[in-house]
Amino acid sequence: MNNILELHHLKKYYATQKAVDDISFDIKKGSIFGLLGPNGAGKTTLLRMITGIFFPDSGDVIFDGVKFDPVNDAVKIGYMPEERGLYKKMKIGEQVLYLAQLKGLSRGEAMEKIKVWFKRLEMETWWNKKVEDLSKGMSQKLQFVTTVLHEPKLIILDEPFSGLDPVNANLIKDEIYGLAQRGSTVIFSTHRMEQVEEICDHIVLVNLGKKILDGTVYDVKQQFKENKFSVKLKEIPANTHHEAFELLDQKANALTVKIKDGFRSNDLLQFFLQQNITIEAFNEILPSLNDIFIQLVEGTTSVSRKFQPID
Amino acid sequence: MNKILLVARREFLSRVQKKTFLLTTILLPLLIFVFYALIIYFSVKTGDNLHIAVADEANILEGRIHSKEYMNFELVKNQTPESLEVALQQKKYDGYVYIPATYSLMSKDSLQLKSNKAIGIMTREKIQKSFNDILEEKRLLSLHISKAQLDSIQNNTNRIKFATVNGKTDDDNKAGISYAVGYISGFLIYIILFIYGSMVMRGVMEEKVSRIAEVIISSVKPFQLMMGKITGIGAVGLVQFIIWIVLVFGLQLLLPLIFPDLLQQMHGQPVQPAGVQAAQAIHDSGGMNEFMKSFSQINFTLIIGCFIFYFLGGYLLYSSLFAAVGSAVNEDPQDAQSLMLPITMPIIFAIVIMTKAVNEPNSSLAVFGSLFPLTSPIVMMARIAHGIPDGVSLWELLLSMALLIIGFIGTTWIAAKIYRTGILMYGKKITWKEMWKWAVRKS
Repeated sequence: MNNILELHHLKKYYATQKAVDDISFDIKKGSIFGLLGPNGAGKTTLLRMITGIFFPDSGDVIFDGVKFDPVNDAVKIGYMPEERGLYKKMKIGEQVLYLAQLKGLSRGEAMEKIKVWFKRLEMETWWNKKVEDLSKGMSQKLQFVTTVLHEPKLIILDEPFSGLDPVNANLIKDEIYGLAQRGSTVIFSTHRMEQVEEICDHIVLVNLGKKILDGTVYDVKQQFKENKFSVKLKEIPANTHHEAFELLDQKANALTVKIKDGFRSNDLLQFFLQQNITIEAFNEILPSLNDIFIQLVEGTTSVSRKFQPID
Repeated sequence: MNKILLVARREFLSRVQKKTFLLTTILLPLLIFVFYALIIYFSVKTGDNLHIAVADEANILEGRIHSKEYMNFELVKNQTPESLEVALQQKKYDGYVYIPATYSLMSKDSLQLKSNKAIGIMTREKIQKSFNDILEEKRLLSLHISKAQLDSIQNNTNRIKFATVNGKTDDDNKAGISYAVGYISGFLIYIILFIYGSMVMRGVMEEKVSRIAEVIISSVKPFQLMMGKITGIGAVGLVQFIIWIVLVFGLQLLLPLIFPDLLQQMHGQPVQPAGVQAAQAIHDSGGMNEFMKSFSQINFTLIIGCFIFYFLGGYLLYSSLFAAVGSAVNEDPQDAQSLMLPITMPIIFAIVIMTKAVNEPNSSLAVFGSLFPLTSPIVMMARIAHGIPDGVSLWELLLSMALLIIGFIGTTWIAAKIYRTGILMYGKKITWKEMWKWAVRKS
């Protein structure tokens, strides 16, 4: 079994809104998976179904090869929801211990793991402090530790970097890589595209409850590329017109061109080479995920979340 | 199950380890005790120590008026009101009583105690009693009735006694004690429901506001979280109550040690003058014995057993409803007030029925109130205090218990459905209508 999670035609309808409307995708073991979508697209509902908080109206969740069992499989999942927090008045050590025990760890096991993690993230002095004494960034870090402490097979992080400074964000990012290397799968839900581009192998974009994009970051970019290239030349030739490309922009001696259908980048290079012009740099301009995201989502009216009974 | 216990353990420990818990649990009974002790202290000790001149021109008192530790009577002779007035103003006395030579025992005129400062109400009563007793006896004597004759008339004024079919005599003392026991235990349950019910509600609100609810729900079922909270806080309540009861009773036993002469003063009155007071004392102790006898007639095992059952049953029934309300509240605690109303109403309704039921345990209102699960924890305590079968028949008790169990399963089931929806719902003000929709929706 190569997939940790398979969603088959998941549906969740509220009274006036199709929060999740027939979504299917697979997530490979050990991958870092990005679940993207604008606010109100149905991401949280989808994640809640994956974590067993909600039951789907129809469809199946297959976890590690078998049908997901919310009671027993919950311990194999670490979920950091977007609406997250900790008991403000509880001592940090006790709190982490309690949450680990709720995940099915024995007291002894939990203590051991807490020590390792606290040491690694330099949190040893926090044990007797209370959450209300921590800054927002510190409590985010703590929240992350509580999510991954029990070494779940599947880690779901909803906007994990919100409120973190770059130093701590990098720290958490490194931990996410580490966890993936040690065999955990990470689902990463966000609308911050630059992070996705950096971290994720595979992405799914949902909007209005439907999946509108599914693939690796590379494939998606290839799919949405517009054959744009940037060429840096030693000198600008007199003639920059050719049937193979269209000049989009020129800044000093850097050109931005779009290669027309039926031609290849070689045609462009040949054109300059024939004129004996030195090419200093040549590279393809791939669209950023951000551009793709905006292109796909813009104009759809999904941003306002409708509050309907959920269960 | 294990997870419910884990949650309950946290709920219990996080509350018991708080300083406020220690303060309220230990200081409250201490405060009550000190308050109680002070009341007794001041009611016994007046501390005035008045010096009062008694000018008995009519020779009525004949040396029967005696100084007591709180006041000093001095019989003075050959004084006029004017001379006494002067003495009073010179602060020779704190007050005086002038009984003119013309004072007739049978007259309706009152004597007057004139003092230069106001006299405390307890002291006034004592002075009145000393004078009234002496004057009454003198009047009787003047009618040739002896005190003994009077006592024999006054004794056993209850010429009619009450008994019920089950053969036990049902004296007034017992009815009185039953009344008190029923009232107090009903009221205690009322307080318990409010204190611990709203503690559950605040706990749920805290989880929702601090946004930890969804974190926990991802490892524990909402029902487990709710039941764990209810169980944990219920245990806090039980422990707190046991400590209170032990402390209150324990401290009460200390009372005679702190005020050794207190009880003597309370019961015995000053031991002299022999005749009258001795008779009084015997009468008193007879009353006390009778009181103890009636006290022992009340089935305390039954009452305590039922108290614990209805305490737990009522708590379970209402706390899940309080949890449901807590889950529906957003940041604004004001919302809680209006959402709580439908829950607090039956509790208040119950206390109203209870005050009727202690008087008439078998009225139809009391029967209804003691069977209906939302009111039975409070109302049944009022009936049970009168015993089985005087206050409540056995089948009614069993039916009421069964209905309460069904009731709390029902409310927990409904509340759990509201709870699991509400706990994850942010940013919207929720009405009872919506909560009802969640409750009746099929899952």
